[in-house]
Amino acid sequence: MHPWGKWGRSFVSYGTAAARAALADAGLEWSDVGSVVGADTMRCGYPGYVAGATFAQALGWQGARVTSVYAACASGAQAIGTARAQILAGLADVVLVVGADSTPKGFLAPAGGERPGDPDWLRFRVLGATNPAYFALYARRRMALYGDTAEDFARVKVKNAAAGALNPLARYRARVTAEEVAASAVVADPLRLLDICATSDGGAALVLSSMEFARRHGHPDPVRVRAVSTVSPTYPKAVLDLPDIATDSAAAVSPAPHAFRASIARAAYEEAGLGPEDLSLAEVYDLSTALELEWYEDIGLCAPGEGAKLLREGVTALGGRLPVNTSGGLGSFGEAVPAQAIAQVCELTWQLRGTAGDRQVQGARVGITANQGLFGHGSAVVAVR
Amino acid sequence: MARTRRPVVAGWFTDDTVPEAEFRLLGTRCTACASVFFPREDDWCRNPGCPGGGELAEVPLSPRSRVWSYTDGRYRPPAPYVSDPDAPWEPYTLVAVELAAEAMVVLGQAAPGVTTADLAVGTEVEVVPGVLNEDEEHVWTTWNWRPVTTADREERS
Ligand SMILES: [Zn+2]
Repeated sequence: MHPWGKWGRSFVSYGTAAARAALADAGLEWSDVGSVVGADTMRCGYPGYVAGATFAQALGWQGARVTSVYAACASGAQAIGTARAQILAGLADVVLVVGADSTPKGFLAPAGGERPGDPDWLRFRVLGATNPAYFALYARRRMALYGDTAEDFARVKVKNAAAGALNPLARYRARVTAEEVAASAVVADPLRLLDICATSDGGAALVLSSMEFARRHGHPDPVRVRAVSTVSPTYPKAVLDLPDIATDSAAAVSPAPHAFRASIARAAYEEAGLGPEDLSLAEVYDLSTALELEWYEDIGLCAPGEGAKLLREGVTALGGRLPVNTSGGLGSFGEAVPAQAIAQVCELTWQLRGTAGDRQVQGARVGITANQGLFGHGSAVVAVR
Repeated sequence: MARTRRPVVAGWFTDDTVPEAEFRLLGTRCTACASVFFPREDDWCRNPGCPGGGELAEVPLSPRSRVWSYTDGRYRPPAPYVSDPDAPWEPYTLVAVELAAEAMVVLGQAAPGVTTADLAVGTEVEVVPGVLNEDEEHVWTTWNWRPVTTADREERS
Protein backbone atom coordinates (compact mmCIF):
# COMPACT_ATOMS: atom_id res chain seq x y z
CA MET A 1 0.00 0.00 0.00
CA HIS A 2 0.90 3.65 -0.29
CA PRO A 3 0.25 5.59 2.94
CA TRP A 4 -3.07 7.45 2.84
CA GLY A 5 -3.44 11.19 3.29
CA LYS A 6 -3.64 14.31 1.17
CA TRP A 7 -0.41 14.09 -0.74
CA GLY A 8 -1.28 16.20 -3.76
CA ARG A 9 0.10 13.77 -6.34
CA SER A 10 -1.45 11.80 -9.19
CA PHE A 11 -3.30 8.58 -8.47
CA VAL A 12 -0.79 6.88 -10.77
CA SER A 13 2.05 7.51 -8.34
CA TYR A 14 0.11 6.01 -5.41
CA GLY A 15 -0.98 2.96 -7.40
CA THR A 16 2.46 2.36 -8.83
CA ALA A 17 4.08 2.62 -5.40
CA ALA A 18 1.51 0.20 -3.98
CA ALA A 19 2.08 -2.20 -6.91
CA ARG A 20 5.85 -2.17 -6.43
CA ALA A 21 5.41 -2.81 -2.70
CA ALA A 22 3.07 -5.75 -3.40
CA LEU A 23 5.48 -7.25 -5.94
CA ALA A 24 8.40 -6.88 -3.51
CA ASP A 25 6.35 -8.51 -0.78
CA ALA A 26 5.54 -11.42 -3.09
CA GLY A 27 9.20 -11.76 -4.12
CA LEU A 28 8.24 -11.31 -7.78
CA GLU A 29 9.29 -9.11 -10.67
CA TRP A 30 6.80 -7.07 -12.68
CA SER A 31 7.80 -9.20 -15.66
CA ASP A 32 6.42 -12.28 -13.82
CA VAL A 33 2.92 -10.81 -13.89
CA GLY A 34 0.62 -12.28 -16.55
CA SER A 35 -2.36 -10.01 -15.96
CA VAL A 36 -3.00 -6.63 -14.38
CA VAL A 37 -6.43 -5.55 -13.15
CA GLY A 38 -6.96 -1.89 -12.29
CA ALA A 39 -9.83 -0.52 -10.22
CA ASP A 40 -10.92 2.67 -11.98
CA THR A 41 -10.86 6.13 -10.48
CA MET A 42 -13.43 8.60 -11.79
CA ARG A 43 -11.77 11.86 -10.85
CA CYS A 44 -8.59 11.70 -12.86
CA GLY A 45 -9.78 12.14 -16.41
CA TYR A 46 -9.28 9.56 -19.09
CA PRO A 47 -6.35 7.64 -17.61
CA GLY A 48 -8.40 7.03 -14.47
CA TYR A 49 -11.12 5.29 -16.50
CA VAL A 50 -8.58 2.84 -17.88
CA ALA A 51 -6.66 2.28 -14.68
CA GLY A 52 -5.36 -1.17 -15.59
CA ALA A 53 -3.54 0.12 -18.64
CA THR A 54 -2.44 3.27 -16.82
CA PHE A 55 -0.67 1.26 -14.12
CA ALA A 56 0.73 -1.15 -16.73
CA GLN A 57 2.20 1.78 -18.65
CA ALA A 58 3.64 3.34 -15.49
CA LEU A 59 5.28 0.06 -14.50
CA GLY A 60 6.55 -0.39 -18.09
CA TRP A 61 4.57 -2.07 -20.87
CA GLN A 62 5.34 -5.77 -20.78
CA GLY A 63 2.44 -7.29 -22.68
CA ALA A 64 0.37 -8.59 -19.76
CA ARG A 65 -3.37 -9.15 -20.11
CA VAL A 66 -5.10 -6.00 -18.87
CA THR A 67 -8.50 -5.23 -17.34
CA SER A 68 -10.07 -2.06 -15.91
CA VAL A 69 -13.14 -2.25 -13.68
CA TYR A 70 -15.46 0.30 -12.14
CA ALA A 71 -17.95 -0.52 -9.40
CA ALA A 72 -17.87 2.57 -7.18
CA CYS A 73 -16.73 1.58 -3.66
CA ALA A 74 -16.69 -2.08 -4.70
CA SER A 75 -14.26 -1.43 -7.58
CA GLY A 76 -11.33 -2.91 -5.70
CA ALA A 77 -13.25 -6.04 -4.82
CA GLN A 78 -14.44 -6.48 -8.39
CA ALA A 79 -10.81 -6.16 -9.46
CA ILE A 80 -9.92 -8.93 -7.00
CA GLY A 81 -12.89 -10.98 -8.23
CA THR A 82 -11.77 -10.56 -11.83
CA ALA A 83 -8.19 -11.52 -11.00
CA ARG A 84 -9.34 -14.57 -9.10
CA ALA A 85 -11.62 -15.68 -11.91
CA GLN A 86 -8.75 -15.40 -14.40
CA ILE A 87 -6.55 -17.54 -12.17
CA LEU A 88 -9.27 -20.13 -11.56
CA ALA A 89 -9.95 -20.24 -15.31
CA GLY A 90 -6.28 -20.87 -16.00
CA LEU A 91 -5.82 -17.62 -17.93
CA ALA A 92 -3.03 -16.37 -15.67
CA ASP A 93 -0.79 -17.65 -12.88
CA VAL A 94 -0.05 -14.30 -11.31
CA VAL A 95 -2.31 -11.26 -11.39
CA LEU A 96 -1.54 -7.79 -10.05
CA VAL A 97 -4.55 -5.91 -8.67
CA VAL A 98 -4.18 -2.14 -8.18
CA GLY A 99 -6.48 0.66 -7.04
CA ALA A 100 -5.57 4.28 -6.27
CA ASP A 101 -7.17 7.68 -6.09
CA SER A 102 -6.36 11.30 -5.47
CA THR A 103 -9.52 12.82 -4.10
CA PRO A 104 -10.50 16.46 -3.89
CA LYS A 105 -11.39 17.99 -0.53
CA GLY A 106 -14.99 17.98 0.62
CA PHE A 107 -18.07 15.97 -0.34
CA LEU A 108 -17.79 13.45 -3.13
CA ALA A 109 -19.81 14.88 -6.04
CA PRO A 110 -21.14 13.57 -9.35
CA ALA A 111 -19.48 14.26 -12.69
CA GLY A 112 -20.28 17.69 -14.13
CA GLY A 113 -22.72 18.83 -16.79
CA GLU A 114 -26.52 18.69 -17.05
CA ARG A 115 -27.30 15.02 -16.70
CA PRO A 116 -30.91 14.54 -15.55
CA GLY A 117 -30.84 10.89 -16.66
CA ASP A 118 -28.27 10.07 -13.95
CA PRO A 119 -29.69 9.26 -10.49
CA ASP A 120 -26.44 10.39 -8.88
CA TRP A 121 -26.69 13.80 -10.56
CA LEU A 122 -30.38 14.03 -9.69
CA ARG A 123 -30.00 13.43 -5.97
CA PHE A 124 -27.61 16.38 -5.75
CA ARG A 125 -29.61 18.65 -8.06
CA VAL A 126 -33.06 17.95 -6.64
CA LEU A 127 -32.29 17.21 -2.98
CA GLY A 128 -28.72 18.28 -2.22
CA ALA A 129 -28.43 14.77 -0.76
CA THR A 130 -24.73 14.19 -0.05
CA ASN A 131 -23.35 10.81 0.98
CA PRO A 132 -23.32 11.82 4.67
CA ALA A 133 -27.02 12.68 4.36
CA TYR A 134 -27.76 9.04 3.58
CA PHE A 135 -25.50 7.85 6.40
CA ALA A 136 -27.38 10.20 8.73
CA LEU A 137 -30.75 8.81 7.62
CA TYR A 138 -29.53 5.30 8.52
CA ALA A 139 -28.13 6.56 11.83
CA ARG A 140 -31.35 8.33 12.81
CA ARG A 141 -33.35 5.26 11.87
CA ARG A 142 -31.17 3.09 14.15
CA MET A 143 -31.72 5.53 17.01
CA ALA A 144 -35.50 5.29 16.55
CA LEU A 145 -35.63 1.54 15.99
CA TYR A 146 -32.96 0.20 18.32
CA GLY A 147 -32.24 2.97 20.78
CA ASP A 148 -28.69 3.56 19.53
CA THR A 149 -27.27 6.83 20.84
CA ALA A 150 -24.79 9.43 19.62
CA GLU A 151 -22.50 8.07 22.37
CA ASP A 152 -22.63 4.61 20.76
CA PHE A 153 -21.64 6.11 17.43
CA ALA A 154 -18.78 8.01 19.05
CA ARG A 155 -17.57 4.75 20.61
CA VAL A 156 -16.99 3.36 17.11
CA LYS A 157 -14.75 6.31 16.30
CA VAL A 158 -12.83 5.97 19.54
CA LYS A 159 -12.28 2.26 18.85
CA ASN A 160 -11.20 2.69 15.23
CA ALA A 161 -8.95 5.66 15.98
CA ALA A 162 -7.19 3.56 18.64
CA ALA A 163 -6.50 0.89 16.00
CA GLY A 164 -5.51 3.48 13.38
CA ALA A 165 -3.01 4.97 15.80
CA LEU A 166 -1.12 1.67 15.49
CA ASN A 167 -1.16 1.63 11.68
CA PRO A 168 1.66 3.49 9.91
CA LEU A 169 -0.32 3.48 6.65
CA ALA A 170 -3.34 5.30 8.11
CA ARG A 171 -3.96 8.98 7.42
CA TYR A 172 -5.17 9.79 10.95
CA ARG A 173 -2.95 8.34 13.63
CA ALA A 174 -4.17 10.18 16.71
CA ARG A 175 -6.42 8.61 19.29
CA VAL A 176 -9.80 10.28 19.59
CA THR A 177 -11.99 10.66 22.68
CA ALA A 178 -15.77 10.54 22.88
CA GLU A 179 -15.64 14.18 24.00
CA GLU A 180 -13.80 15.14 20.82
CA VAL A 181 -16.43 13.43 18.70
CA ALA A 182 -19.21 15.20 20.61
CA ALA A 183 -17.44 18.55 20.20
CA SER A 184 -17.03 18.20 16.43
CA ALA A 185 -19.45 20.02 14.13
CA VAL A 186 -22.70 18.39 13.05
CA VAL A 187 -22.51 17.55 9.35
CA ALA A 188 -25.87 15.85 8.95
CA ASP A 189 -27.94 15.45 12.09
CA PRO A 190 -27.24 13.22 14.08
CA LEU A 191 -23.77 12.64 12.61
CA ARG A 192 -20.80 14.83 13.38
CA LEU A 193 -17.59 15.43 11.52
CA LEU A 194 -15.76 12.72 13.44
CA ASP A 195 -18.58 10.23 12.74
CA ILE A 196 -17.99 10.51 9.00
CA CYS A 197 -14.96 9.35 7.04
CA ALA A 198 -12.92 11.94 5.17
CA THR A 199 -11.84 11.77 1.56
CA SER A 200 -8.18 10.86 1.03
CA ASP A 201 -5.51 10.04 -1.46
CA GLY A 202 -4.26 6.48 -1.28
CA GLY A 203 -3.31 3.35 -3.10
CA ALA A 204 -3.44 -0.38 -2.49
CA ALA A 205 -2.33 -3.41 -4.46
CA LEU A 206 -2.32 -7.18 -4.17
CA VAL A 207 -0.52 -9.95 -5.96
CA LEU A 208 -2.78 -12.97 -6.45
CA SER A 209 -1.53 -16.27 -7.77
CA SER A 210 -2.67 -19.83 -8.16
CA MET A 211 -1.93 -22.11 -5.20
CA GLU A 212 0.34 -24.17 -7.39
CA PHE A 213 2.39 -21.11 -8.35
CA ALA A 214 2.62 -19.96 -4.73
CA ARG A 215 3.86 -23.36 -3.54
CA ARG A 216 6.37 -23.53 -6.39
CA HIS A 217 7.69 -20.15 -5.29
CA GLY A 218 8.25 -21.10 -1.68
CA HIS A 219 4.94 -20.14 -0.07
CA PRO A 220 3.66 -23.46 1.31
CA ASP A 221 0.98 -21.83 3.47
CA PRO A 222 -0.13 -18.61 1.75
CA VAL A 223 -3.16 -16.54 2.67
CA ARG A 224 -5.96 -17.88 0.49
CA VAL A 225 -8.93 -16.02 -0.94
CA ARG A 226 -11.79 -18.38 -0.16
CA ALA A 227 -14.65 -16.23 -1.50
CA VAL A 228 -15.31 -13.01 -3.38
CA SER A 229 -18.93 -11.93 -3.23
CA THR A 230 -20.07 -9.27 -5.69
CA VAL A 231 -23.81 -10.00 -5.62
CA SER A 232 -26.33 -7.39 -6.74
CA PRO A 233 -29.55 -6.63 -4.87
CA THR A 234 -32.78 -8.49 -5.54
CA TYR A 235 -36.00 -6.76 -6.58
CA PRO A 236 -37.54 -5.03 -4.78
CA LYS A 237 -34.61 -3.36 -3.04
CA ALA A 238 -36.59 -2.06 -0.10
CA VAL A 239 -33.87 -0.25 1.86
CA LEU A 240 -33.01 3.28 0.78
CA ASP A 241 -29.61 3.33 -0.87
CA LEU A 242 -27.13 5.74 -2.39
CA PRO A 243 -27.83 7.39 -4.83
CA ASP A 244 -31.53 6.56 -5.02
CA ILE A 245 -34.30 9.07 -4.38
CA ALA A 246 -36.71 6.26 -3.54
CA THR A 247 -36.68 2.55 -2.83
CA ASP A 248 -38.30 -0.01 -5.08
CA SER A 249 -41.96 -0.49 -4.23
CA ALA A 250 -42.72 -3.68 -2.32
CA ALA A 251 -46.43 -3.37 -3.06
CA ALA A 252 -46.47 -6.05 -5.75
CA VAL A 253 -43.52 -8.27 -4.74
CA SER A 254 -42.30 -9.04 -1.22
CA PRO A 255 -38.65 -8.23 -0.52
CA ALA A 256 -36.22 -11.11 0.07
CA PRO A 257 -35.85 -12.05 3.75
CA HIS A 258 -32.31 -10.66 3.81
CA ALA A 259 -31.75 -7.08 2.72
CA PHE A 260 -28.98 -6.22 0.27
CA ARG A 261 -26.14 -5.57 2.72
CA ALA A 262 -26.78 -8.84 4.56
CA SER A 263 -27.01 -10.77 1.28
CA ILE A 264 -23.49 -9.64 0.32
CA ALA A 265 -21.92 -11.34 3.32
CA ARG A 266 -24.21 -14.38 3.12
CA ALA A 267 -23.07 -15.05 -0.44
CA ALA A 268 -19.43 -14.85 0.69
CA TYR A 269 -19.99 -17.24 3.60
CA GLU A 270 -21.76 -19.69 1.33
CA GLU A 271 -18.96 -19.62 -1.23
CA ALA A 272 -16.33 -20.00 1.49
CA GLY A 273 -18.16 -22.78 3.31
CA LEU A 274 -17.65 -20.77 6.50
CA GLY A 275 -19.85 -18.70 8.78
CA PRO A 276 -19.56 -15.75 11.11
CA GLU A 277 -18.72 -18.17 13.96
CA ASP A 278 -15.46 -19.00 12.16
CA LEU A 279 -14.20 -15.40 11.95
CA SER A 280 -11.11 -14.06 13.67
CA LEU A 281 -11.62 -10.50 12.43
CA ALA A 282 -13.56 -8.33 9.97
CA GLU A 283 -12.94 -5.16 7.98
CA VAL A 284 -16.17 -3.34 7.18
CA TYR A 285 -17.05 -0.03 5.55
CA ASP A 286 -17.31 2.51 8.36
CA LEU A 287 -18.28 5.35 6.02
CA SER A 288 -20.02 6.50 9.17
CA THR A 289 -19.66 5.25 12.71
CA ALA A 290 -23.33 4.23 12.76
CA LEU A 291 -22.91 2.27 9.56
CA GLU A 292 -20.26 0.09 11.19
CA LEU A 293 -22.88 -1.07 13.71
CA GLU A 294 -25.17 -1.99 10.83
CA TRP A 295 -22.43 -4.10 9.28
CA TYR A 296 -21.99 -6.08 12.55
CA GLU A 297 -25.55 -7.24 12.04
CA ASP A 298 -25.28 -7.67 8.28
CA ILE A 299 -22.19 -9.89 8.47
CA GLY A 300 -23.89 -11.97 11.13
CA LEU A 301 -21.92 -11.04 14.25
CA CYS A 302 -25.18 -10.37 16.08
CA ALA A 303 -28.91 -10.03 15.53
CA PRO A 304 -30.42 -6.86 14.03
CA GLY A 305 -30.40 -4.08 16.59
CA GLU A 306 -27.66 -5.61 18.73
CA GLY A 307 -24.67 -3.94 17.09
CA ALA A 308 -24.27 -1.26 19.74
CA LYS A 309 -24.43 -3.88 22.50
CA LEU A 310 -21.60 -5.82 20.86
CA LEU A 311 -19.56 -2.65 20.66
CA ARG A 312 -20.26 -1.62 24.26
CA GLU A 313 -19.12 -5.07 25.43
CA GLY A 314 -15.78 -4.51 23.70
CA VAL A 315 -16.21 -7.54 21.43
CA THR A 316 -15.21 -5.64 18.29
CA ALA A 317 -12.25 -3.69 19.72
CA LEU A 318 -8.63 -4.80 19.39
CA GLY A 319 -8.21 -7.44 22.08
CA GLY A 320 -11.92 -8.29 21.92
CA ARG A 321 -13.38 -11.61 20.85
CA LEU A 322 -13.93 -10.43 17.25
CA PRO A 323 -12.05 -7.26 16.35
CA VAL A 324 -13.58 -5.19 13.54
CA ASN A 325 -11.59 -2.65 11.54
CA THR A 326 -8.23 -3.55 13.04
CA SER A 327 -6.66 -1.37 10.32
CA GLY A 328 -8.37 1.66 11.80
CA GLY A 329 -11.05 1.50 9.13
CA LEU A 330 -12.10 4.26 6.80
CA GLY A 331 -12.40 6.48 9.87
CA SER A 332 -8.61 6.39 10.10
CA PHE A 333 -7.82 6.09 6.39
CA GLY A 334 -10.48 8.14 4.62
CA GLU A 335 -12.04 7.26 1.31
CA ALA A 336 -9.86 6.58 -1.72
CA VAL A 337 -12.63 4.83 -3.58
CA PRO A 338 -10.90 2.36 -5.95
CA ALA A 339 -8.27 1.48 -3.34
CA GLN A 340 -10.27 0.84 -0.22
CA ALA A 341 -11.73 -2.62 -0.89
CA ILE A 342 -8.19 -3.73 -1.81
CA ALA A 343 -6.81 -2.09 1.33
CA GLN A 344 -9.28 -4.11 3.40
CA VAL A 345 -7.86 -7.33 1.95
CA CYS A 346 -4.29 -6.08 2.58
CA GLU A 347 -5.20 -5.79 6.26
CA LEU A 348 -6.69 -9.31 6.31
CA THR A 349 -3.50 -10.59 4.68
CA TRP A 350 -1.19 -9.06 7.28
CA GLN A 351 -3.42 -10.23 10.11
CA LEU A 352 -3.65 -13.79 8.77
CA ARG A 353 0.12 -13.90 8.28
CA GLY A 354 0.61 -12.65 11.83
CA THR A 355 2.57 -9.61 10.70
CA ALA A 356 0.17 -6.83 11.74
CA GLY A 357 2.47 -5.63 14.51
CA ASP A 358 0.85 -3.87 17.44
CA ARG A 359 -2.62 -4.41 15.98
CA GLN A 360 -2.17 -8.16 15.54
CA VAL A 361 -5.19 -10.34 16.31
CA GLN A 362 -3.64 -13.35 18.02
CA GLY A 363 -3.99 -16.58 16.05
CA ALA A 364 -6.06 -15.03 13.26
CA ARG A 365 -7.27 -17.72 10.83
CA VAL A 366 -10.31 -16.35 9.02
CA GLY A 367 -11.26 -12.81 8.04
CA ILE A 368 -14.01 -11.15 6.06
CA THR A 369 -14.23 -7.76 4.37
CA ALA A 370 -17.50 -6.05 3.50
CA ASN A 371 -18.38 -2.97 1.55
CA GLN A 372 -21.10 -1.35 -0.47
CA GLY A 373 -20.90 1.14 -3.31
CA LEU A 374 -23.27 3.25 -5.37
CA PHE A 375 -25.85 1.70 -7.69
CA GLY A 376 -26.18 -1.67 -6.00
CA HIS A 377 -22.53 -2.63 -5.90
CA GLY A 378 -21.36 -4.52 -2.89
CA SER A 379 -18.61 -6.92 -2.05
CA ALA A 380 -17.24 -9.20 0.58
CA VAL A 381 -13.99 -11.15 0.53
CA VAL A 382 -13.26 -14.10 2.81
CA ALA A 383 -9.60 -14.93 3.33
CA VAL A 384 -8.17 -17.80 5.36
CA ARG A 385 -4.83 -19.11 6.50
CA MET B 1 -39.89 40.01 -17.18
CA ALA B 2 -41.75 37.57 -14.95
CA ARG B 3 -39.94 34.34 -14.27
CA THR B 4 -41.50 31.12 -15.49
CA ARG B 5 -42.31 28.38 -13.00
CA ARG B 6 -40.76 25.11 -14.11
CA PRO B 7 -40.53 21.74 -12.37
CA VAL B 8 -36.93 20.79 -11.52
CA VAL B 9 -37.67 17.46 -13.23
CA ALA B 10 -40.56 17.16 -15.68
CA GLY B 11 -43.31 14.69 -14.86
CA TRP B 12 -42.40 13.84 -11.26
CA PHE B 13 -45.26 15.82 -9.70
CA THR B 14 -48.47 17.54 -10.69
CA ASP B 15 -48.10 20.92 -12.34
CA ASP B 16 -49.42 24.34 -11.39
CA THR B 17 -52.76 23.72 -13.10
CA VAL B 18 -54.06 21.78 -10.10
CA PRO B 19 -55.00 23.42 -6.79
CA GLU B 20 -52.32 23.07 -4.09
CA ALA B 21 -54.45 20.62 -2.12
CA GLU B 22 -54.37 18.26 -5.08
CA PHE B 23 -50.58 18.40 -5.46
CA ARG B 24 -49.16 14.88 -5.79
CA LEU B 25 -45.96 13.06 -6.64
CA LEU B 26 -46.43 11.14 -9.88
CA GLY B 27 -45.09 7.65 -10.42
CA THR B 28 -45.94 4.91 -12.87
CA ARG B 29 -47.61 1.57 -12.27
CA CYS B 30 -47.15 -1.55 -14.35
CA THR B 31 -50.55 -2.81 -15.46
CA ALA B 32 -49.21 -6.38 -15.68
CA CYS B 33 -47.68 -6.81 -12.21
CA ALA B 34 -48.85 -3.74 -10.25
CA SER B 35 -45.29 -2.62 -9.43
CA VAL B 36 -45.07 1.11 -8.73
CA PHE B 37 -42.09 3.22 -9.75
CA PHE B 38 -40.90 6.55 -8.46
CA PRO B 39 -39.08 8.31 -10.00
CA ARG B 40 -41.39 7.31 -12.82
CA GLU B 41 -40.28 4.48 -15.09
CA ASP B 42 -41.72 4.99 -18.57
CA ASP B 43 -39.66 2.59 -20.66
CA TRP B 44 -40.04 -0.87 -19.10
CA CYS B 45 -41.10 -2.62 -15.93
CA ARG B 46 -38.10 -3.38 -13.67
CA ASN B 47 -39.73 -6.26 -11.81
CA PRO B 48 -37.81 -9.34 -13.05
CA GLY B 49 -40.83 -11.49 -12.22
CA CYS B 50 -43.25 -9.37 -14.26
CA PRO B 51 -45.29 -11.52 -16.65
CA GLY B 52 -44.86 -8.73 -19.23
CA GLY B 53 -47.25 -7.28 -21.74
CA GLY B 54 -48.33 -4.47 -19.46
CA GLU B 55 -48.12 -0.75 -19.77
CA LEU B 56 -46.67 1.81 -17.44
CA ALA B 57 -49.55 4.05 -16.45
CA GLU B 58 -49.06 7.32 -14.60
CA VAL B 59 -50.25 7.10 -11.00
CA PRO B 60 -50.38 9.73 -8.26
CA LEU B 61 -48.62 8.61 -5.06
CA SER B 62 -50.18 8.77 -1.60
CA PRO B 63 -50.21 12.38 -0.41
CA ARG B 64 -49.65 11.52 3.26
CA SER B 65 -47.52 9.05 5.11
CA ARG B 66 -45.05 8.51 7.92
CA VAL B 67 -41.42 9.60 8.34
CA TRP B 68 -38.96 6.71 7.89
CA SER B 69 -35.97 8.88 8.81
CA TYR B 70 -34.71 12.44 8.51
CA THR B 71 -31.58 14.58 8.65
CA ASP B 72 -30.29 17.95 7.57
CA GLY B 73 -27.40 19.40 5.59
CA ARG B 74 -25.26 21.67 7.72
CA TYR B 75 -22.72 22.21 4.95
CA ARG B 76 -23.34 23.46 1.43
CA PRO B 77 -23.68 20.50 -0.96
CA PRO B 78 -21.63 20.54 -4.15
CA ALA B 79 -23.04 21.31 -7.62
CA PRO B 80 -25.37 20.52 -9.26
CA TYR B 81 -27.19 21.63 -6.10
CA VAL B 82 -27.82 25.32 -6.70
CA SER B 83 -27.08 27.80 -3.93
CA ASP B 84 -25.63 31.29 -3.77
CA PRO B 85 -22.01 30.91 -2.67
CA ASP B 86 -22.02 34.47 -1.36
CA ALA B 87 -25.04 33.95 0.88
CA PRO B 88 -24.65 32.31 4.29
CA TRP B 89 -25.56 28.64 4.12
CA GLU B 90 -29.05 27.83 5.40
CA PRO B 91 -29.33 24.12 6.27
CA TYR B 92 -32.15 22.24 4.58
CA THR B 93 -33.97 19.33 6.16
CA LEU B 94 -34.17 16.05 4.30
CA VAL B 95 -36.99 13.59 4.97
CA ALA B 96 -37.38 9.95 3.94
CA VAL B 97 -41.05 9.07 3.94
CA GLU B 98 -42.46 5.54 3.97
CA LEU B 99 -45.52 5.50 1.72
CA ALA B 100 -47.75 2.77 3.13
CA ALA B 101 -49.90 2.03 0.09
CA GLU B 102 -46.95 1.91 -2.31
CA ALA B 103 -44.66 0.19 0.25
CA MET B 104 -41.75 2.40 -0.67
CA VAL B 105 -39.59 5.13 0.85
CA VAL B 106 -39.36 8.47 -0.97
CA LEU B 107 -36.88 11.22 -0.14
CA GLY B 108 -37.64 14.91 -0.28
CA GLN B 109 -36.69 18.19 1.27
CA ALA B 110 -38.87 19.37 4.11
CA ALA B 111 -40.96 22.51 3.62
CA PRO B 112 -39.11 25.74 4.48
CA GLY B 113 -38.90 26.31 8.23
CA VAL B 114 -39.26 22.63 9.14
CA THR B 115 -36.20 21.51 11.10
CA THR B 116 -35.13 18.13 12.43
CA ALA B 117 -36.52 19.23 15.81
CA ASP B 118 -40.01 19.22 14.26
CA LEU B 119 -39.71 15.60 13.10
CA ALA B 120 -39.54 12.11 14.54
CA VAL B 121 -39.56 8.67 12.92
CA GLY B 122 -43.28 8.01 12.48
CA THR B 123 -44.37 11.66 12.20
CA GLU B 124 -47.22 12.05 9.70
CA VAL B 125 -46.24 14.27 6.77
CA GLU B 126 -47.88 15.39 3.57
CA VAL B 127 -46.49 16.33 0.20
CA VAL B 128 -46.75 20.01 -0.73
CA PRO B 129 -45.47 22.09 -3.65
CA GLY B 130 -42.19 23.86 -3.04
CA VAL B 131 -39.53 26.00 -4.69
CA LEU B 132 -36.03 24.60 -5.04
CA ASN B 133 -34.29 27.71 -6.38
CA GLU B 134 -34.80 30.67 -8.67
CA ASP B 135 -32.64 32.10 -11.41
CA GLU B 136 -32.99 34.91 -13.93
CA GLU B 137 -35.55 33.11 -16.03
CA HIS B 138 -37.10 30.39 -13.87
CA VAL B 139 -38.60 29.52 -10.56
CA TRP B 140 -37.62 25.87 -10.23
CA THR B 141 -40.40 24.01 -8.46
CA THR B 142 -40.15 20.79 -6.47
CA TRP B 143 -41.98 18.81 -3.80
CA ASN B 144 -41.63 19.22 -0.05
CA TRP B 145 -42.70 17.13 2.92
CA ARG B 146 -44.48 19.01 5.71
CA PRO B 147 -45.71 17.68 9.05
CA VAL B 148 -49.50 17.33 9.13
CA THR B 149 -50.97 19.57 11.81
CA THR B 150 -54.11 18.76 13.78
CA ALA B 151 -55.92 21.57 11.94
CA ASP B 152 -54.94 20.06 8.54
CA ARG B 153 -56.16 16.70 9.65
CA GLU B 154 -59.62 18.03 10.51
CA GLU B 155 -59.84 20.13 7.41
CA ARG B 156 -58.72 17.51 4.94
CA SER B 157 -59.67 14.17 6.43
ZN1 LIG C 1 -44.49 -5.30 -14.36
